[in-house]
Amino acid sequence: MSDWLDTFWAIYSNLVLTIGINALLALSIWLTLSCGLLAMANAAFMGLGAYTASLLTINAGAPFPVAVLAGVALPTVVALIVGLPTLRLSGVYLAMATLGFGEVVRIVLLNADSLTGGALGLSGIPQLTQWWHIVLAALIVLLVLRQLRRSRIGRALEAIKEDQVAASLMGVDVMAHKMLAFALGAAIAGLAGALSAHLSSYIGPGEFGFDRGVDILTMTIFGGIGGLTGPVLGAAVITVLPELLRSFRDYRTMINGAILVLVVLFLPKGLWDPARMRSWFGRKPSYAPTTGADSPSAEGPR
Amino acid sequence: MSALTSPSASAVSAPAPMLALDKVSKRFGGLSVLEDVSFAVPKGCVFGLIGPNGAGKTTVFNLVTGLIAPTGGAITLGGESLIGKKPHRITRLGIARTFQNIRVFKEMTLRENVVVGMHTHLGYGVPQWLFSLPGYRAAERRAAERAEELLSWVGLGGRASDIADNLSYGGQRRLELARALATEPSLLLLDEPVAGMNSGEKDELMAVIGRIVSRGYTIFLIEHDMRFIMGLCERIAVINFGRVIAEGPPDAIRSDPAVIEAYLGREE
Repeated sequence: MSDWLDTFWAIYSNLVLTIGINALLALSIWLTLSCGLLAMANAAFMGLGAYTASLLTINAGAPFPVAVLAGVALPTVVALIVGLPTLRLSGVYLAMATLGFGEVVRIVLLNADSLTGGALGLSGIPQLTQWWHIVLAALIVLLVLRQLRRSRIGRALEAIKEDQVAASLMGVDVMAHKMLAFALGAAIAGLAGALSAHLSSYIGPGEFGFDRGVDILTMTIFGGIGGLTGPVLGAAVITVLPELLRSFRDYRTMINGAILVLVVLFLPKGLWDPARMRSWFGRKPSYAPTTGADSPSAEGPR
Repeated sequence: MSALTSPSASAVSAPAPMLALDKVSKRFGGLSVLEDVSFAVPKGCVFGLIGPNGAGKTTVFNLVTGLIAPTGGAITLGGESLIGKKPHRITRLGIARTFQNIRVFKEMTLRENVVVGMHTHLGYGVPQWLFSLPGYRAAERRAAERAEELLSWVGLGGRASDIADNLSYGGQRRLELARALATEPSLLLLDEPVAGMNSGEKDELMAVIGRIVSRGYTIFLIEHDMRFIMGLCERIAVINFGRVIAEGPPDAIRSDPAVIEAYLGREE
């Protein structure tokens, strides 16, 4: 049995750890989506975290925890600065502005040769990330977000998503909550970046561009934004799917894309949608005079 | 502006104005929506704002709640200026409102809708919610209990776990009322609370509002339903084309020639 596990781990450890990193990224964009913001800067925040942490361990010989903390802190600060003007936008305008910011970050990483290695990227990053670092990071982030969702802040974010005018008239400081979601998302993306850089030992500016941004968004939307399970599930499926489709060789990406399209068409709220599951598996939705504890966002007394 | 400012026989007891608008004007580009609107809502009063469609009534509410800024004039609550304050600050000062086009949080339960209204009163900090400390749990439990109390107060008792979207039209209006009350306001703005309701629902809501009034809230409401507004309000202001054309107790308003003209047109 342990032989089997060793073999499995030898082959798939990278895949499993990638799921962990992707889950963190999916959760990072979930935060902004949960208050109705389509912000596409998470790949850039991941890049900032990755470069910050890597430069600290390579050049300054900083201890790993310090490097990771810096990789979390810098994107957070940048998010607070960038968020102030951009989060006043909504819908596609916010998406455009944050995509623009992402391009700026990518171009800076590409052209600041002396610091970032330019197009060659940074290589020789010490492989300091242990598998349990990623598991621990994912667990802590999940727990914090779970608690957040159950608090007045989580409720305020949901209210903002549904109707921000009504939320503001309930005394919710809409801008402050949007900033919090954006900055916390940036922190989580930075954490994912710092950990993944020290897993793969190489990073380049191309990894943190538009494609990555779309990947992150896809995982979350695909999994479902109604709760925390969706993004994690989406990250797992989207990471594993290309591997499962390896036998289709040249058609792999095509089939991968087709599956995504089908899921989005038939499961518009994502894979994890408790309301749909209830209706599929026979239990009456919402009307049952229960405590409501099975609703995705129940805050009621427990 | 016909000045009918002398306190009437009706029960306008407290002379101190709760909410006062002084020469408030609002222009959208070249379009003047409100011009020199001045009136005061006395404390503990039920104050009605009426006027034909497009007269600028909802604009008054939007100005008072800070959703839009006036072009000129002063708005004060208990002497404190509301100009330039963000909506959530104004809510915290004690103004709550409902909307003409219902704006409940449709995908939340009734309980959650009402608890959102308690946002500022749930005074627990980050460590409390992060680690589910007793302070957090007690506050959330109290909030849920209070929400259920408010819901039963507006006649939605026992439905706290329902999704708001599943409520009837009248039910959603009452939910909005409960949610507004949850912010612990001193002044409650109701924007056409009985619009689109049948007469049975209207009577129910009138009773609910009557109960709220008896608890000492000040109510400022916009309504088209004359029976409703004449039966409920102690003072009424009438606006037409962005100007106050009359203000006073219902009896005076009913017989005011300017009001009759605004509603029925001029005799040729």
